[in-house]
Amino acid sequence: MVSIENLHKKFNKNSVLSGVNLNITEGGIVTILGPNGSGKTTLVKSILGMVIPNKGSISVLGENIKNNSGYRHKIDYLPQIANFPNNLKVKELIKMIKDLRGDTNEDRHLIELFTLEPFLDKKLGTLSGGTKQKVNLVLTFMFDSPLIIMDEPTTGLDPISLIRLKDLIQKEKAKGKTILITSHIMSFVEEVSDEIVFLLEGQIHFRGSISKLKNKTKQPDFEHAIASILTENYA
Amino acid sequence: MLKILKYSFFDLMRSRWSYVYFAFYLLLSIVLLFLNNDLSKAVITLMNVIIVLVPLIGTIFGVMYYYNSKEFTELLLAQPLKRSSIFLGQYLGVAISLSMSLILGLGIPFIFYGLFKSNAIWDFSLLLITGTFLTLIFTALAFNIALINENKIKGFGYAILLWLFLAIIYDGLFLMSLILFEDYPLDKLSLVGTMLNPIDLSRTLILLKLDISALLGYTGAVFKKFFGTGFGLTISFIMLTIWVILPVLLIVIKSKKKDF
Repeated sequence: MVSIENLHKKFNKNSVLSGVNLNITEGGIVTILGPNGSGKTTLVKSILGMVIPNKGSISVLGENIKNNSGYRHKIDYLPQIANFPNNLKVKELIKMIKDLRGDTNEDRHLIELFTLEPFLDKKLGTLSGGTKQKVNLVLTFMFDSPLIIMDEPTTGLDPISLIRLKDLIQKEKAKGKTILITSHIMSFVEEVSDEIVFLLEGQIHFRGSISKLKNKTKQPDFEHAIASILTENYA
Repeated sequence: MLKILKYSFFDLMRSRWSYVYFAFYLLLSIVLLFLNNDLSKAVITLMNVIIVLVPLIGTIFGVMYYYNSKEFTELLLAQPLKRSSIFLGQYLGVAISLSMSLILGLGIPFIFYGLFKSNAIWDFSLLLITGTFLTLIFTALAFNIALINENKIKGFGYAILLWLFLAIIYDGLFLMSLILFEDYPLDKLSLVGTMLNPIDLSRTLILLKLDISALLGYTGAVFKKFFGTGFGLTISFIMLTIWVILPVLLIVIKSKKKDF
């Protein structure tokens, strides 16, 4: 599905990714974890072609992504902070994205799910952080792409929306889609992910299921297992 | 690209600034027409204003639009769109809406004054064409500056400096060099000097067409002697086109390498 070979990325002198090799097979939910600044977002943005790697190659569904843009038809992306053009109305934004990517009717159902009807005629600049994130979710899930990438999907969501998001993720997974998530909320990660990838100092430090991580670190719960990786490396 | 162009264009058409710019030109040409009471004279006065003002507005607007639409750009980058079409679409959206404000703002009063019945029509059209060229050139330069500088303040600073240099300082340096090296033959140097600055080039172009020898100045005279009016006009147009193409190509190249 996604294969990354020997990926290197530097921002000026700051080396963010140094030799990442990752192969994600089709189906299931993979979570990318790591401390702040470990390169999670850079990795995700590299897959999307927003960050141009210094070295290494990435291919998505068998297509090399270098100088390619068509492959993004097969990816739904949820950006980390919902930065939208402020003077656009919610309705107009949804219409615009549909115009750019192709028509869909899924948005109506999603708007209902996240109770966004009262906001459709409001400008995006006036919305709260949580509401923006809901709009962000609608834009992501309204297309039926085989690969879904979400950068911190839970930011700003209230408990009901969070439950709905989890349901939505499970539904998409049941359709056989591949879902890639980055998150800091350990309970959320533990609940949804089939497999985790732990990034540390620009390299993959651990990859496998949560139970494998617990065994490896000899910790009874997930949160402590993650903490023990970090203390091992920084202590 | 056309879709992005459409969105950028309508976005700008809804913004207040396009109307302010339009209203300014409307007012300027009405005032000039009443003060001069003569079409040809109004064209000359307008030229002096346009040649300085259009580049300034183009640079400022270009930089401002790029920084303001950063979020929109990031949203677009995650969509299945080519980078070149995103940035070229935005660039053309800005440049076309600015040119439209210019053409309509100046054109409407002149048409009501009886432009079509006068023989100043070609001079006036040339003025509008040069204005459009200058808009295209300076908006493209502004986009380049904004693409290179992540920091808004720096970007604005460089944009203003660029304008100041090409509109004012360049002429000063040029004159100084002519005085310093007056013992040498300077025809070729001044020709090249004029071509390397789109603002000078536009001024010479319009003066050549208007055929006012008193205003031509040294470079204009050299230009005329060297190329003659017809050939001089062609050369200036070719140079202006190159001045548009180069920065636009640079936008495409720069945008391909940038991280977002």
